[in-house]
Amino acid sequence: MTLTIALAGTAALFALAALAVVLAGAAAATRIVYGACTIVTAVSLVAAAAHLLNAAAPLSLTLPLGVPWLGAHFRLDALSAFFLIVVDLGALCASVFALGYAEHETAPQRVLPFYPAFLAAMTLVVLADDAYTFLFGWEFMSLTSWALVVSHHRVPENVRAGYVYLIMASFGTLALLLGFGLLAGPGGLYSFEAMRGAPPSATLGALALVLALIGAGSKAGIVPLHVWLPLAHPAAPSHVSALMSGVMTKVAVYGFMRIVFDLAGAPAWWWSIMVLALAGATTVMGVLYALMQHDLKRLLAYHTVENIGIIFIGLGLALAFKAHGLLFTAALALTAALFHVLNHSLFKSLLFFGAGAVLTATGERDMEHLGGLIHRMPQTAFVFLVGCAAIAALPPLNGFASEWLTFQAILLSPQLPSWGLRILVPAVGALLALAAALAAACFVKAYGVTFLGRPRTPAAQRAAETDRYSLAAMILLAVLCLIAGILPGLFIDALAPVNAALIGARMPAQIGTQWLAIVPIAASRSSYDGLLVFLFMVMSGALAAAAIHRLASDRLRRAPAWDCGYPDLSPATQYTAMSFAQPIRRVFGTALFHARETVEMPPPGDTRPARLKVEMRDPIWDFIYAPLAAGIGAAADRLNRLQFLTIRQFLSLVFSALVILLLVLAIWS
Amino acid sequence: MIRDLIIQCVQMLLVLALAPLFTGFVRKVKARLLYRQGAPLIQPYRDLARLMRKDVVLAESASWLFRVIPYLVFAATWVAAALVPTFRTDLLFSWSADLIAITALLGSARFFLALAGLDVGTSFGGIGSSREVMIASLAEPAMIMIVFTLALIAGSTQLSTMAEFMASPAVGLRVSLGLALIAVVMVALAENGRIPVDNPATHLELTMVHEAMVLEYSGRHLALIELSAALKLILYFSVIACLFAPWHLAPAGAALPALAVGIAAYIGKLAVGGFLLALFETSIAKMRVFRVPEFLGAALMLGLLATLLRFVSESF
Repeated sequence: MTLTIALAGTAALFALAALAVVLAGAAAATRIVYGACTIVTAVSLVAAAAHLLNAAAPLSLTLPLGVPWLGAHFRLDALSAFFLIVVDLGALCASVFALGYAEHETAPQRVLPFYPAFLAAMTLVVLADDAYTFLFGWEFMSLTSWALVVSHHRVPENVRAGYVYLIMASFGTLALLLGFGLLAGPGGLYSFEAMRGAPPSATLGALALVLALIGAGSKAGIVPLHVWLPLAHPAAPSHVSALMSGVMTKVAVYGFMRIVFDLAGAPAWWWSIMVLALAGATTVMGVLYALMQHDLKRLLAYHTVENIGIIFIGLGLALAFKAHGLLFTAALALTAALFHVLNHSLFKSLLFFGAGAVLTATGERDMEHLGGLIHRMPQTAFVFLVGCAAIAALPPLNGFASEWLTFQAILLSPQLPSWGLRILVPAVGALLALAAALAAACFVKAYGVTFLGRPRTPAAQRAAETDRYSLAAMILLAVLCLIAGILPGLFIDALAPVNAALIGARMPAQIGTQWLAIVPIAASRSSYDGLLVFLFMVMSGALAAAAIHRLASDRLRRAPAWDCGYPDLSPATQYTAMSFAQPIRRVFGTALFHARETVEMPPPGDTRPARLKVEMRDPIWDFIYAPLAAGIGAAADRLNRLQFLTIRQFLSLVFSALVILLLVLAIWS
Repeated sequence: MIRDLIIQCVQMLLVLALAPLFTGFVRKVKARLLYRQGAPLIQPYRDLARLMRKDVVLAESASWLFRVIPYLVFAATWVAAALVPTFRTDLLFSWSADLIAITALLGSARFFLALAGLDVGTSFGGIGSSREVMIASLAEPAMIMIVFTLALIAGSTQLSTMAEFMASPAVGLRVSLGLALIAVVMVALAENGRIPVDNPATHLELTMVHEAMVLEYSGRHLALIELSAALKLILYFSVIACLFAPWHLAPAGAALPALAVGIAAYIGKLAVGGFLLALFETSIAKMRVFRVPEFLGAALMLGLLATLLRFVSESF
């Protein structure tokens, strides 16, 4: 039943895409399309949630679609159901947000048809039960999101983003295609059912893991395959940015999990080394890149890279524990990863919506041109603050709960017998801790420069509060962030069927613990109670406020800022995003980004302004992609000569190629 | 149950009541070491009372967040301080946040305080918060690494269980413990803005970190922030005391005399700790701000080394 509802929803979304093409010019098209998307995703969300919470048995269905005689296989098991919830919840909120936000869209006909198709494609990937349907959905998801990225195609930056995205997406799909080819084996088993029945050898499985890591990892934003992500995600309209960052990267995580935990057979312990090393690097690199940004949406996109790293740390640990047969610990690590998947989709959508609201209100994405928005947009400012605190992993919000679980899993790793992992895991733990602290620094910057202080431009000064649909979507997400933070036990219990299916074990049930605390292993070992921490904080804050106001003083007067006696009235004297990050840039960026500052101070009497120039390089672009692109360019130049051969030369080329191939064949056999 | 609740409340009020006294004590010892008379021990209480009674002078560009943050910071710090065992282990609510959560609660307080530095839109506030987050970006992972080391030794991240383990003969002398102790002292100095990282006595010195960040605060808001700073200092001392000097901590269900001994021992430990802090602060010069990352990087490396040792072998 649930599967039928989900598939009917997908079909409805496809129909809606077609309808949007027809409606494109109509004034009410935006309302109709996003309204219908809201309803469809809400229904699908309820069905998927019911499926997961009831721990219902897997459902499957074969439809006579796609390749003739084979049909399209669909299956809804616990893993699919969980990711379907993530997709639908993200899509629901994005659709509600877009009801208000998309009114400001200048070219709705470039967005409307692709939006429902994009949602449908993501659902298709999650539900697919054969390689063909999976790859079809995957590619469709890439192409529709590409169309959304280049919807504002007159901005040269966006066109470049679309180009890089298209190349990386094709490369990723190629890797996945090869990966499925390996899993299918010589028999050409193309349904997941058959692949599960015939797991590959450890070496082939490892190769499939590498290909999955490249294919799904490039979509998720694993360093060094992340280069397209910070270009493409911010280029799309903000509700699509939220979907791409909050949801599409999670579909990629799903793809990875489906292949590695389900299809590739029993893992070898050294598989996890690759995953953990890449994940650790991703986490820290992502947040350091983010700290260097002053474009609000790009900063958020780089944080997606960081959070994907955190998720993959959990997955890598789960893989390591599973390979060594430590199933309960594996379930803990996997729960941490999955919980972070949900949490990240919540707060990242919220933050992108906030960035979208700021963009509508001011027309600016550059934080250096913003400031003081908390006075003009108080509600947006409040919910954005909740999102910032959640992503910065501050208790009692949800980001902390999942990172806490990851730390607990790391603390259990000395049980691992293999030496490689014993050395690697503490290092990964240190990287995770470093990333968490840097993320907090980064969101102090993002929030402080955008919303606090004094407005830096007239545009920021004139900003007005956003519409009520956008606010409703953001408030819903902020409330969910708080609920997931203070009642993590409910979410952990809901994830138990996924663990049971992939690991064969589950975490202890959290429902019976006192005060709804979470106790991953045993009470004497570790426990955390978000609800109590939240209540204590509210109570002690309220107590302090009441006592001071009643017993001491509640008078207040306004005066100019003190600033040690030298206040400067120009808003340009405030700290900017670049200057805020300067100490961190100096500590971390000098070696990593080759950051250099040059100060140009004209002599007295000279009327030129003094200048501070900051130069930074992107090591990954410089050392991996630039040489690669140069190599491809050079090779293409060489091959270009082939176009200008005479007919005789062509014929001799073809002939010699034939001869060589025949010779090879003769020698081979 | 009621008894446990009372003990939990006593703990909450004890740290709150002792925090200004402890700050006053450190100041007094410092002054005496410099052959000065120094302010009386109760001066911090007088300062707080005076600040509480005064009007708040709020900058014109300050937002509502600026007015809420002192309460938020105070609440987060107080909750964290109330969960650290000082005179008795196994407090009623100590299980609700382990040492990782306590570290993160202090991180919350710092996050909001750094935001307050940016709220008014002055350059002083900005420089303070940007340097504060730079210091925190190294101090926090170092603290987590220390937590990892201790948790791997004690087999728990729960402070009560850790303190009980540390008090038991099973712990012995370990290399990793020594490394963790050095690292935690370095982190505590940085987190509380003490010399050699920052100077708590002034905001006009070249560091301009914590005191610059809270420059725009006045009246009751400033009182709360100063009280939070005092609470944070006493919290770090309590953590170090209960992990590295867990002597005479009353166990769960202890009778009144044992509790009294626990409180007396706690005050004694604070006195020793405060004296050592003052001695250290008077005997060392403050660092330039960009030497601080090296200092904290060393703490982080010590923490990581200690964790690695624990991962490699149980015996370290």
